[in-house]
Amino acid sequence: MVPTSWYLALGAVLFAIGAIGVLVRRNIIVIFMAIELMLNAVNLTFVALARQLGSLDGQVIVFFVMTVAAAEAAVGLAIIIAAYRNRPTVNADELAILRW
Amino acid sequence: MHEGEVIQTAVLRLIPALPLLGFLLAVVTGARARRLAVVAAPALVGLAFAIALSAVVTLTHAAAGARLVDAVYPWMVAGPFRADLAFRLDALSSVMVLIVTGVGFLIHVYSVGYMAHDDDVPRFFAYLNLFMFAMLLLVLADNLLVLFIGWEGVGLCSYLLIGFWYDKDENAAAGKKAFVVNRVGDMGFVLGLLLLAWSTADAHGALSLDIAHIEAHADALAGGTATAVALLLLVGAAGKSAQLPLYVWLPDAMAGPTPVSALIHAATMVTAGIYMIARLHVVFLASPAALEVVAIVGAATALFAATIALVQTDIKKVLAYSTVSQLGFMVLALGVGAFSTAIFHVMTHAFFKAQLFLGAGSVIHGMSGEQDVRQMGGLRQKMPVTWWTFLVGTLAIAGAPGFAGFFSKDEILAHTWQGGHYVLWAVGALTAGLTAFYMFRLLFLTFTGELRASEEVAHHVHESPISMTLPLVVLAVLSLVGGWVGLPEGWLWGPAFDRFLAPVTGHPHVAEGGGGVELALMLVATTLAVAGAALAYVFYVRLPGLPMVLAWRLKPAYDLLSGKYWVDELYDALFVRTYVRLSNALWRFDQTVIDGAVNGAATAVVVNGQLWRYVQDGNVQHYALVFLGGAVVLLSYYLVR
Amino acid sequence: MGPLTFAVLAIPLVASALTVVVHPNPVKCAMALVSTLFLLAVVFVFLGAHMLAALQVIVYAGAIMVLFLFVIMLLNLSDDAADVRHQGRPLVRLGAWVGGGLLAGELAMLFLRVPFGAPAAVGNDYGGAEAVATSLFVDYLLPFELASILLLIAVVGAVVLAQRRAA
Repeated sequence: MVPTSWYLALGAVLFAIGAIGVLVRRNIIVIFMAIELMLNAVNLTFVALARQLGSLDGQVIVFFVMTVAAAEAAVGLAIIIAAYRNRPTVNADELAILRW
Repeated sequence: MHEGEVIQTAVLRLIPALPLLGFLLAVVTGARARRLAVVAAPALVGLAFAIALSAVVTLTHAAAGARLVDAVYPWMVAGPFRADLAFRLDALSSVMVLIVTGVGFLIHVYSVGYMAHDDDVPRFFAYLNLFMFAMLLLVLADNLLVLFIGWEGVGLCSYLLIGFWYDKDENAAAGKKAFVVNRVGDMGFVLGLLLLAWSTADAHGALSLDIAHIEAHADALAGGTATAVALLLLVGAAGKSAQLPLYVWLPDAMAGPTPVSALIHAATMVTAGIYMIARLHVVFLASPAALEVVAIVGAATALFAATIALVQTDIKKVLAYSTVSQLGFMVLALGVGAFSTAIFHVMTHAFFKAQLFLGAGSVIHGMSGEQDVRQMGGLRQKMPVTWWTFLVGTLAIAGAPGFAGFFSKDEILAHTWQGGHYVLWAVGALTAGLTAFYMFRLLFLTFTGELRASEEVAHHVHESPISMTLPLVVLAVLSLVGGWVGLPEGWLWGPAFDRFLAPVTGHPHVAEGGGGVELALMLVATTLAVAGAALAYVFYVRLPGLPMVLAWRLKPAYDLLSGKYWVDELYDALFVRTYVRLSNALWRFDQTVIDGAVNGAATAVVVNGQLWRYVQDGNVQHYALVFLGGAVVLLSYYLVR
Repeated sequence: MGPLTFAVLAIPLVASALTVVVHPNPVKCAMALVSTLFLLAVVFVFLGAHMLAALQVIVYAGAIMVLFLFVIMLLNLSDDAADVRHQGRPLVRLGAWVGGGLLAGELAMLFLRVPFGAPAAVGNDYGGAEAVATSLFVDYLLPFELASILLLIAVVGAVVLAQRRAA
C-alpha cells in the first residue's frame, strides 16, 4: 500500500504542470486542455483523500467536477468557434478582443 | 524745554486725508472722468492747505511751545511696545506742513497746464495726491512709526512718478535706481529706529517711538549708543536727502516730469531727511561726534555737487545737482547745531528751487521738449514771464542780498563760523560762490544771446499758459520775500523764524558772535556770490568762446566733472555687477538643484510607474503568473513553520 | 498497490502531462491528454473508485476529449506557430516554469509531511455504482438536480454560440 501522501504529491505535480501550461501556451485550445489537466489533478486529490477517510463524499465531489468540466468544455469550445469566425486565429494574444 | 500744553483736536487728520481722497477718486474714476481728477486733485490739496493754515493760526494763538495733537486711534500694542496713529502740529511741523501743502498746491495747479497734452493725466494726479498724503503723514506724525510709513510712502511715489513715462526704459531704470538707493538708506533708518526705541525704554521697560516719549527719555542715550543711533539715522537721511554717498539717484530722477522734479526732488521729499534730523535733534545733541560727521557730510556734499553742476548741459541736471548741493548746506546747518536754521533754508529753498524747476519746465515746454542748454539762448524775448521769474529764483539761490536765499544761507555760514568750524565755513563759502556761478551760467545760456535751436523749434517757442505762469509768479514773490522772516540779530524783528521754532528745536547751539562778525561774514559771502555771477557773465555773455577753450585746456578736470566723478560707474562695478553675478549664480542653483530635485522627484514617480506598468498589462496569463507566485510564497510560509 | 505499480503508473502520467503542455502540435497534445486521463482512471481503480474510473473513461476521455478533437479538426489547426516560434515572452516562460516547479515541490513536500495513518477500512462495495448512486440521490440530491440544469444550460448555450448567423 502506497501512502496516501504519494497520491497527493502526484496530484500536486500534475496540478503544477497544468498551471505551467496555462501560463506558457499561446494556443487557446491547448490552454483549455491544461485547465482540464488541473481539474483532473484535483480529482485525484479528492479521490485519494476519500479513500483515506473511507467516505464517499470525495467521490461525489469528483462526479460533480466532471459534470461541470463537461459543461464548461462545451460552452468554452463553442465560444472559441464563434470567435474564430470573427478573427480566424486561436492565438490567445490576438483573441483578446474583449480588452480594449 | 518741551513741556508745552497739549491741545487735543480732530482736525489734523483731515490734512493728509484730503489728498488720500483725491488719490482714491483719481484711481476709481480717473479713466472715465478725466476732468474730475484734474480738477479735484489740486482743489483737495488747496483745501488741505487752508485747513493747515487755520490749524497753524490756532497754534500761534496758544502759548509758546504748545502743540496740537490729533490721536486718531491706537494702532498697535505688542508686549512692551505701543504705537498710536496720531498727528502733532507744533512749530516745526507747522512750517513743514505749510510748505508741503502750499508749494504742493502751486505745483498741482502748474501740472494742470504742463501735463495737459498727456493721456495719462489721471494717473499722474493720482500719484501726486498719494505722494502728498504720504508726505503729510511724514511731517505730521506724532510717532516715528507713522513717520516711517510716510517715509516709505514718499519713496514709493517717487519711484512711481520718476518712471511715470514707463514706456521708455531709462525712465523705469531711473525709478528703480531711486527706490533701491533709498532702500539702502532706509535700512540704516530702520536700524536706527529700532536701536532708539530699545535704548529709550522707560523705567517699566515700555518701548515707544512716540516723539514725546523719545524726547523725555533722551538722556538715557549714553555716548556710544547715541552715536550709533545718530549715525544710522544719518544713513537714512543721506538716502532720502541725497547726501554723499547716496545722492546718485537724484540726478537720474530728472527723468520724471518736471512738476515731479519740482515737488518731490526739490521742495518736499528730499527735505524729509532734514526734517527727521531736526525732529530728533535730541539724539544728535547727545553725540557731538555724530554731529561732526553730519556737518562734514553736508559740507562735502555741497561742494562736490556744486563742482559737477558747473559743467552740466541739461537744464534739469544742473538744477538737480544744485539741489544736492543746497541739501548739503542744510545738512551742514544741522551738523553745527543750527537746527532751526536748517529748516529756514528748507523753506527758502522750497520757494526758489520749486520756482526754478517750474521755470525750467516752462522753458522745456516752450522749446518743444528740448532740455539741452546748448540748444537754447535768447529766450527772454519770447518767454518774458518765465525769464523774469527765473531771474528772481537765480538771484535768490545765489544769495543776492534781500532775496530769500541770502538770509538763510548767511545764517548757516554764520553759525558754522561761530561754531568754530572754520574749514567747513570755507568749504561753504566756496560752494556759495560756485552756486552763483553755475546758476548765472544757466540763466545766461538759456535766456540771453541768440537762440541756437533749429528752425522748427525756434518757430514754436512760446510763453506758457497762465496755469503755469501764475505759480511761477507766486513762487518768485515768495523767493523774494520769503527770507524776511529770519533776519540777523538786531535787524528789525531779528530771527523771528528761529524764535518761532525754538520751543521745538532749541536755540542754535552756537555762541552768538554778535552783529559785527556776522556782518563781516555776510560781506564775504556776498562778495563771493557777486564774483561768481560776474565770472559767469564774462564766460557766457561777453566771451562765449572762453568756456570751450578752458575746457579744452583743462581737459582732465573737465572730463572728471562732466563724468560726475565716475561715481555711478564705480557703484556699478562694485555693487551692481557683484549682485548680478550673485543673482545669476543663485538662479543657476535654483534651476539645477532645486528644480532638479523637484523634477527629479516627479521623474522618479514616473519611472516607478513605468516599471510597475508591466504588472497590470491586461494580459490574463501575466496575472495568473502572479497568482502562481503568490501561491508559492504562501506555501513556503507553511513549509518553514 | 505497491511502490512499483505506483511508479509504473506515475511516470507515464507525468510524462504525458508534460507532453500536453509542451508539444507544439495541438492534436498530439489532445492525444497526450487522453492518455493522461486513461492512466488516471487506472489510478482511480486502485483507489477503490471503480464507478469514477468508468465515468472518467466514458465522459472525460470519451466525450470531452472527442469534443476537443472535433474542434481542433474543425479549425484545421496545424503546429502552433506561435509556440514553435516562442513568441517573445522568455521572462514569463521562465517565471512560469520556475514558479510551477516551486509550486509542485512545495506542495509535494507539504503533503509528504502529513502523517496519514492507514486508510480507513471499507467494504467491498466501496466506490461501486450502487454506493455512489445512493449517495448522489439521497444525500446530494439538490446539487445533482442543479448539475443537470447546468448541463441543460450548457447545451443550449453551446448550440446558440456555435450557430452560424442567419445570413
